[in-house]
Amino acid sequence: MSLLELKDVSLNLGGKDVLNNLTVEFWEGHIHALIGPNGAGKSTLASTLMGLPGYTHHTGDILLDGESLVGVPVDERARRGMTLAWQEPARFEGLRVDRFIAAGAKDKSTDTVRRVLDRVGLDPEKYMRRAVDRTLSGGERKRIELASILAMEPRLVLMDEPDSGIDVEALNRIFDALSDFKERGATVIMITHSQEVLKHAEHAFLMCSGSILEKGGVGRIEGYFASHCVPCDHENVPDIDELAGVEA
Amino acid sequence: MSPTSQQVETARELLASLGDFGGHVKGDDIAHLEVHGNEVVGSHLVPGFEVDVDPLEDGIEAHIRVKKGVRLAKPVHLCFGMLPETGLQRIVMDVEVEEDAFASVQAHCTFPNAVDITHKMDAVVRIAAGATYEYFERHLHGAEGGVLVVPKTKVEVGEGARFKTEFELIKGQAGVIDFDYEVDCDAHSLLDMIARIWGRGHDRITIRETARLNGEEATAVLQSHIAVKDEAVADVYNSLAANAAGARGHVDCKEIVQGAAIAKAVPVVEVNHPRAHITHEAAIGSVDSKQLQTLMSRGLDEEKATDLIIEGLLG
Repeated sequence: MSLLELKDVSLNLGGKDVLNNLTVEFWEGHIHALIGPNGAGKSTLASTLMGLPGYTHHTGDILLDGESLVGVPVDERARRGMTLAWQEPARFEGLRVDRFIAAGAKDKSTDTVRRVLDRVGLDPEKYMRRAVDRTLSGGERKRIELASILAMEPRLVLMDEPDSGIDVEALNRIFDALSDFKERGATVIMITHSQEVLKHAEHAFLMCSGSILEKGGVGRIEGYFASHCVPCDHENVPDIDELAGVEA
Repeated sequence: MSPTSQQVETARELLASLGDFGGHVKGDDIAHLEVHGNEVVGSHLVPGFEVDVDPLEDGIEAHIRVKKGVRLAKPVHLCFGMLPETGLQRIVMDVEVEEDAFASVQAHCTFPNAVDITHKMDAVVRIAAGATYEYFERHLHGAEGGVLVVPKTKVEVGEGARFKTEFELIKGQAGVIDFDYEVDCDAHSLLDMIARIWGRGHDRITIRETARLNGEEATAVLQSHIAVKDEAVADVYNSLAANAAGARGHVDCKEIVQGAAIAKAVPVVEVNHPRAHITHEAAIGSVDSKQLQTLMSRGLDEEKATDLIIEGLLG
């Protein structure tokens, strides 16, 4: 059963068509991977799904639980269970980690804050009172953002390059979080190029030039991507017939 | 002399107005002083910390002395305020922190019912060689913002001495603030000064921070973190001069502007020695879009997300 459905979604940014007639369903409770070369429109799609400013003038429809999200602002989408983990999490000068996590948490108790910090491998005693600012490394901020999403208990998580800028330890904690989302029945759509991350996905979508070209098993999609898209040998005009012939 | 029952009751009301915000603590080993209008309504001193208070017609004149070598283990708590809606409170303060002494002061200024109140502070602070003086002043104003706050302070920081001060007004409406600090720093001294203010409605906020690093290796950081919304206006003038070898400092002004509010920052940095160094940064603008979208993608509406970002900046 699909949780999120796109019907003929197109988006033009600055005179360029960056999303082209996307029609796709994302099944509930699964971990989906969105693969594609740089500039394919993956992050644009995540921003469009979340309804971020500058990405709301698309045509077509986006449905969550069968209800249109057109005209629904970011915060209301979040309250309906969607959220976004950014490729480069924001810095908040002076805002304490515990306040940041509790802000969107379903249960705002200190116990919850401690639990999610522990889950992402950060010692609550050391981190709760620190600020989400430049004194934290990119990996630490990424883990804190993930902790805030765990506390939120969303139904749909959009993850933009969850592995970017982090070390192996942090990556393992992200995999733990993916397990948690899966166990709770949440749906995850993650944008990634990492083979390590892709191992945790159940389905993959290949995106190129603003279109979703193919969907299916991770191995098949990843195989095509690895052999043809890095570097892109089709100048963003993929060979559909060849893709269909790639074995899983 | 023991306070009268009326003074005890006034002190209780004054401190109660702070609520959870104040943290005004009492205890046998904690020095404290409560002043309502021109009347001392409560006080307690500890060895090495001397206070002489003379009443003025419209306030008090206080002489505070931390004796040589005395290091106060617990912060001193001061509370200035007025419970009525109108009036003038003038605090003249002369502070002497003697050699190698240490004192940390938590001052709370509360005007919970203010409609037309003026709170003036004229302070002179001398921090002798090797001494450390910390002064944290937090204001609690009512919802109407009917307070004119005029703190003017001159500070001398002696050789190897440290002075750290914070001025905070983020609860209630600021009213009119005309904040003026002037600090002279001797060799190897350290100055850390920060003002955090949240202006709303028709608040008018003026911050003037001036520091002169006159001695070798003196260091200073001047920070102003201001948020203004509605039709509030904030003008921040930071001036830092390095006049000796190895003197170094940084000026940092951050202002968030919302609605029809206006903010202005004027940093003046002056270097008068080839081996001195000063940096400055000023950032004025609306709430950062990515911060806002991040919090909104956790379900906070725009107003709550903005408030949380500002609380972080000012916290």
